[in-house]
Amino acid sequence: MQNFINAYSWVNIHYLLEGLWITLEVSAVSIVFSYILGAILGLIRYINVKYLSAIVGFVIDLIRNLPLLLIIFFTYFGLPNIGIRLNPIWSSILAMTIFESAMLAEIIRSGIGAVDPGQMEGARANGLTYWQAMWHIVLPQAQKKMIPTIVSQFISLIKDTSLATIIVLPDLMYHAQIIYGQNSNYILPMFVALAVMYFVVCYMLSILSHYLEKRLA
Amino acid sequence: MISIVANHWQDLLYGLGQTLLCSILALFFSLIIGSLFAIFEVVPNKFLRIIARVYIEIFRNIPLLVITMFFYVVVPMFFVKVNGFTAGTIGLTIYTSAFIAETVRSGIQSVDPGQMEGARANGMTFSQAMRYVVLPQAFKIVIPPLGNQFINLVKNSSVLAFVAGFDLMYQGNTIASTTFDTLNSYFVVGILYLVITMPLSYYMRYLEKRLD
Repeated sequence: MQNFINAYSWVNIHYLLEGLWITLEVSAVSIVFSYILGAILGLIRYINVKYLSAIVGFVIDLIRNLPLLLIIFFTYFGLPNIGIRLNPIWSSILAMTIFESAMLAEIIRSGIGAVDPGQMEGARANGLTYWQAMWHIVLPQAQKKMIPTIVSQFISLIKDTSLATIIVLPDLMYHAQIIYGQNSNYILPMFVALAVMYFVVCYMLSILSHYLEKRLA
Repeated sequence: MISIVANHWQDLLYGLGQTLLCSILALFFSLIIGSLFAIFEVVPNKFLRIIARVYIEIFRNIPLLVITMFFYVVVPMFFVKVNGFTAGTIGLTIYTSAFIAETVRSGIQSVDPGQMEGARANGMTFSQAMRYVVLPQAFKIVIPPLGNQFINLVKNSSVLAFVAGFDLMYQGNTIASTTFDTLNSYFVVGILYLVITMPLSYYMRYLEKRLD
């Protein structure tokens, strides 16, 4: 018990929260980038450009079927071989964006596909061009359907950010490792703190996602 | 790339074997545990339902790495010494079982409730109706999502690299750091992962289409 009281000193908790902040920051930046990239890729997949859509589809499949850890290693240790050097934060963001935009592209493509085709036809019949109809009519409806799914992708991104500790991203997991590395009595308390912190953040988001699912449906 | 394969094919093959072994073991156990909790969630017993809910919510919302490291770092301090492979497999099993429980539960709930009622009306007990009528239908529905869980499992098994589980990712890292040819080492490892996951993911897509 004494270990727990000592381990949860203000300094340590503060240090953990700093790590949690990095975790959230990296995940949030990555999800924004991947949403933009994923929307473009998903749209290319959806509108079926000759050759281009097939190639994009294949690349998306490749990335979706690779472990995120491999992509993280690749961006941090692999890219310097061709002269691109990034610090841990940016290489994590790059890796997460590559991985997550492939995931989101599939979600966005099926989201657009789930919008009633009558909406597009109606908009076209009312004189909108294809892109006007897409932008003003179809995409907003698709987006509404996809928001809960995107929130749950965000949850898995927050969890996956912990993998980037291996390239010394100073996230929650890494900060906990530093604290228990200094004092082995703190190992158990730190794991409890890790579990609680990740759980609280992810569980709150998953409640949000359920709520949105009900609200937007 | 060719020189890496030529010089290190034994390590790579061993890693591939460990990755597959770990994934299959974890799949087997998490199917059992996951289905168990899925059934707990649909039985008319509040206590079991709460247990299942708590288990699923906890392990779905904690990173796999934290669970795995817990078994690698904390458990040996208090109980038995666990090697990396075992710790990784246990972590993967627990993490995946929570997702499988969710998948199987939604499968069970998507079976028409009339099936259960009909079976009960014909004199079967709840567990008989579950076992002979509902579950077989539910499993048919959940095969594609379960396949996707297996793909995730194979990808997630790269977490073994953190705990010296000698899996594909770990071997790839070792090769990368001994040859300094990081780019090509990771390419080779990536291709080996794709050899497992790509055919599976195309097969699951085909099954999904056929079920529709």
